[in-house]
Amino acid sequence: MTGGAAMNGQNHRSILMRHEVGLHARPSVKLTKLAKTFRSRIDLALSADGPWIDAKSIVKVMATKAPKDTVLHFRAEGDDADDALSALVGLVERDFDDGD
Amino acid sequence: MNKNVGIVIVSHSPDVARGTADMVRQMVGDDVPLAWCGGNPDGGLGTSVPDILAAIDRAWSERGVAVLVDLGGAETNSEMAIEMLPEERAGRVLLCNAPIVEGAVMAGTEASAGSSLEDVRRTAEELRPA
Repeated sequence: MTGGAAMNGQNHRSILMRHEVGLHARPSVKLTKLAKTFRSRIDLALSADGPWIDAKSIVKVMATKAPKDTVLHFRAEGDDADDALSALVGLVERDFDDGD
Repeated sequence: MNKNVGIVIVSHSPDVARGTADMVRQMVGDDVPLAWCGGNPDGGLGTSVPDILAAIDRAWSERGVAVLVDLGGAETNSEMAIEMLPEERAGRVLLCNAPIVEGAVMAGTEASAGSSLEDVRRTAEELRPA
């Protein structure tokens, strides 16, 4: 379940997080590490209206404590924004590759 | 090789230090140099300056090393170890004022992205009670 839109030159996508434990420690680390591999500015919010936090900040991502069935909203700005959003949405879709 | 800042975990208890290192390894991965030390030579609780220096050496990275500690003596002994570093390593080892377990995971995550030593410490210290 994903949605996308381009707003004000930014790319925006959302995805329903089905992972059992939600955005707890290990998923947060994976999400942050992946976000940091892109040059674009990447923000994360639990609502389309924000508040937006820096998806590259492990402390802020973990502090969201987003539970299962939360819709995660990503927005990105930069030359690799599309790739960043696809990668992040993919990670959430794959339940953060848990079990590896 | 060692393109990332290293992490050293110093606890009074070897079990705490080892367990904290396990958490960093499992949650962050193997791309961060990591070492731990804890306990005194008699097998009791404590920390030792030579052990801390040896741990810094094992986790050494040209990018620097961030040290996470638990209580009192771990901090003062780590400060002493940092002061005793050879001249060419001076200024490239920083003590983080952060909770040992949470700080180590935060620091490790930041380090794994290739961040600078100052950024690694800032991330570890960002996690503090408001």
